[in-house]
Amino acid sequence: MKKNLITAMLMTAATTVLLGIIYPLLVTGLAQAMFPKQANGELIYARDGKLVGSSSAGSSLVGSRLIGQTFSGPGYFHSRPSAAGAAGYDATASGGSNLGPTNAQLITRVNGDVAKLRAENPGKNSDTLIPVDLVTTSGSGLDPDITPAAAEFQVHRVAAERKIPEGEVAQLVRDHTENRQWGFLGEPRVNVLELNLALDARYGRSH
Amino acid sequence: MTINGWTQIAVFLAVILAITKPLGVFMARVFSRERTFLDPVLRPIERLLYRVTSVNEEHEMRWTEYCVSMLLFSGVSMLVLYVIERVQQWLPLNPQKFGAVAQALAFNTAASFTTNTNWQNYSGESTMSYLTQMAGLAYHNFTSAAVGIALAIAFVRGIARKEKETIGNFWVDMTRSALWVLLPACIVYALLLVSQGVVQNLRPYDTAKLVETQQVQKTGADGKPLIGSDGKPVMDTVSSQTIAQGPVASQEAIKMLGTNGGGFFNANSSHPFENPTPLSNFLQMLSIFAIPAGLTYTLGRMTGSQRHGWAVWAAMAVLFLCGVATAYWAEASGNPLLHGADQQVSALQPGGNMEGKEVRFGIANSALFATVTTDASCGAINGVHDSFTPLGGMVPLVNIMLSETVFGGVGAGLYGILIYVVLSVFIAGLMVGRTPEYLGKKIEAYDVKMAMLVTLVFPLIILVLTAISSVAKFGLTSISNSGPHGLTQILYAFTSMAGNNGSAFAGLNGNTLWYNTAGAFTMLVGRFFMIIPMLAIAGNLAKKKTVPASAGTFPVTTPLFTVLLVSVILIVGALTFFPALSLGPVLEHLLMMAGKTF
Repeated sequence: MKKNLITAMLMTAATTVLLGIIYPLLVTGLAQAMFPKQANGELIYARDGKLVGSSSAGSSLVGSRLIGQTFSGPGYFHSRPSAAGAAGYDATASGGSNLGPTNAQLITRVNGDVAKLRAENPGKNSDTLIPVDLVTTSGSGLDPDITPAAAEFQVHRVAAERKIPEGEVAQLVRDHTENRQWGFLGEPRVNVLELNLALDARYGRSH
Repeated sequence: MTINGWTQIAVFLAVILAITKPLGVFMARVFSRERTFLDPVLRPIERLLYRVTSVNEEHEMRWTEYCVSMLLFSGVSMLVLYVIERVQQWLPLNPQKFGAVAQALAFNTAASFTTNTNWQNYSGESTMSYLTQMAGLAYHNFTSAAVGIALAIAFVRGIARKEKETIGNFWVDMTRSALWVLLPACIVYALLLVSQGVVQNLRPYDTAKLVETQQVQKTGADGKPLIGSDGKPVMDTVSSQTIAQGPVASQEAIKMLGTNGGGFFNANSSHPFENPTPLSNFLQMLSIFAIPAGLTYTLGRMTGSQRHGWAVWAAMAVLFLCGVATAYWAEASGNPLLHGADQQVSALQPGGNMEGKEVRFGIANSALFATVTTDASCGAINGVHDSFTPLGGMVPLVNIMLSETVFGGVGAGLYGILIYVVLSVFIAGLMVGRTPEYLGKKIEAYDVKMAMLVTLVFPLIILVLTAISSVAKFGLTSISNSGPHGLTQILYAFTSMAGNNGSAFAGLNGNTLWYNTAGAFTMLVGRFFMIIPMLAIAGNLAKKKTVPASAGTFPVTTPLFTVLLVSVILIVGALTFFPALSLGPVLEHLLMMAGKTF
C-alpha cells in the first residue's frame, strides 16, 4: 500500500513531465516547422487593401480562413446566424444555440430570419423557401461556410447591389465552391470570408 | 438520406474492420511483453520510468493490489489536476491571464478528466490556461485512457489464466499502454490534424479587423437587448474579432484516441480549429473506434479463441448500425416546425435539421459522429446534440444507456461488454439447465453477483439523480428548454456522467453547486464502481480450473451467441430506461409531429 502510494506520486510526476509537457511541446515544434500556416490558424493579412500571405510590417489581420465573420450589407454574401457570443461569430465564445427542436424560441427565431431574408433578397416572395443553413445556427457559432444552395440564393442580391452581371457573381461562387474532400468526404461548401474578399478584390469594397 | 451519406458510413465501418486485426495483434504483443518494432526507442524510456518510480516490472499483482494501485494513481493525479486548476494564475503559459478555476468547478473538472468522462462545465477558451490544458487536462486524457486499457487487459488475463492468483502488474500495463499504444500514435496523428488546419501554438489570442464593421444590439447583464431612454435599442459597434489560439492538435489527438472527448474549445469538435475539414472529421471518428475495435481482437488472441473476439465485434457492429441508421434518418427528415426553411436534400445542400450542425459535415457526418462518440465513451461532439430532432437525439442517449458497449471506451468498452458476455452465458446456462461456462471457466454465483452489481449501480444512480433534479428547484433552474426536452436534458446529463461519456444536451447549465458536486460524484461512482466488481470477477476467474468443452457447452463463437449478446444488452437497457425515455424524447417526438412548441 505505502510502496504503491509512493509509486503513484512518482508516476504522476514523471508522466506529467513526459505526456503533459514534453509531448505537447514536441508536437508544437514539429507543427511549427512542418505546417507553420495551419498551426497558427490559417490567418489572412492585408496591406494597403491587398491580401498578403503572412504578417509583415504595415499589414493588418483580416481574419482566419477557418473562422466565419458576420456580414450584413447587401453587397456581401451573408454567413449563417451565429450563437457564439452576444454579437455572433465571437471566436472567444464558441458554441451553438442549444435550442431544442420544439423550443418556441427556435421557431420564432427561424421564422424571423426567413421573413428577413425574403425581404432582403429582391425577387423572393412569401412562398420562397430559404436554404435551411441560412436560418440555423452552427454547432461552433463560427462556421466559415454556407452551402452552395445558400450562396446561389444570394447571388441576385449581391450582383444587383454591386451593379455587376449576375453571371460573373455566379461564376465567382462556383470558383469558390469546395467539393467533397477526396470526392466523397463531407459536403460541398462555400467559404464566405474568402468569397467576400474575392468580391472586394475584383470589384472594390462594398459600402 | 443520400447514397453519398451511406457510402461515407460504409467506408467508415470498412476501415474499422480493416484496422481491427493489426491493432489487436500489436496490443496483444505489447501486453504480453513481446518484442515490437517500437522497442528500440521505447524500452529505454520505459526502464527509466520504472527506475525513477521504483516499479519492479517482474512483480505480479493479485486483483486487490491491482485495484488499489489503480485507485491510488487516479486519486493522486486527480488531486494534482485540482491543484493546477486552482493555481493556474501563478503558473506560466497563461497568455490570456485567466484566474483560478472556482472550487466546485475545479473539483468537477478534476473528477471528470480522471474518470475519462470529460464532462465540461466550463468554456476552455475563456477559463483554462495553456498549461492547464496541456499538463492538466490533456495529461489526464492520456492516463485515464491508459488506465482503461490496462484494466481491460487485466480482465482478459483473468479469463485466459488458469489456476493463478495474479492478473498482471498495474504500473507496467498502464505504462505500456501510454508509451506503446497512445503516445507514438498521437504524435503522428496530431501532425496529420495540423496539416488539415488544427492549430498548434502557444501564442496569445489574435485580434482581426473585421472586413465589414457591424452594428449590433447591445445586451445587458441578463442577456436581453438593452433599450435606451428613447425606446430604441442601444447599438454597439463591433469592428474586431478576437481569435482564440492554443496547443490544440496535441490535445485533440489524445482526446479522440483515448475516447476522452473534452474539447479544447467550448464548441468541441464542431469548432473549425479543432476539426477543420471532412478528412479531419473522418480521422477523429476512426480514432474513437480504433483501440476499442482492436481490443476485441486482442481478447480473442490472448484467450486463444479468435472467433470469440470476432463474435463480440459483430455484436458491436450490429448495434452501431442500428444507431447510425436511426440518427441519420431522423436528422435527414428535418424539423417539421420550420415551415419557411428548405430542408430538402439536393445537389446544392444536404438539407435536414441543420440547427447546431456545421456545413462541412452536413447531416450524414453529424449523425455518424454523434453515434460513434456515444457508442464509445468519447463524448466529443461535432454538432449540438441538444438541437438534434427528438429521435435523432435519443440515439446518443440510448447508446450511453447501453453502457457504451458498442466498441465502447478504450478498455472500458471491452470490460463493459464482457460483463454482458458473463450475463449472456449465465442466461444461456439457465436455459439448458447447466452450470454456465465461459471459455472453459465455470461462471458461478460470485461472478454473476458482481456482474449484476455493475449493471444495477449504473441505472440506479442515473434514475435517482435525474428524479431529484427534475423536481427540486436547484435542478430545474438549469434547464434551458421547456417541455419534455427539459427532462431529456437532465436525463442525458446524468446518463452521460455515469457512463463517463461527457457529451451533453449542453443547454443545461451544469456550472452550479448541485450539478458540479452531484455530477462529480456520479462520474466517480460510474467509473470506479464498475471497475472494482469487474476486477473482482477477473481475479476470481484467474483462480479457476478450466473444464473441457462438451456437447452441453454454449459456444461463444457463433452467430447465435452474437444474437443472444445483442438481445441481452438491448433488453437490460430497454427494461431499465424505457419509462424515462418515453417521457422525454419519445413524447417530444409525438408532440413535435402534432405541431406543439414550448
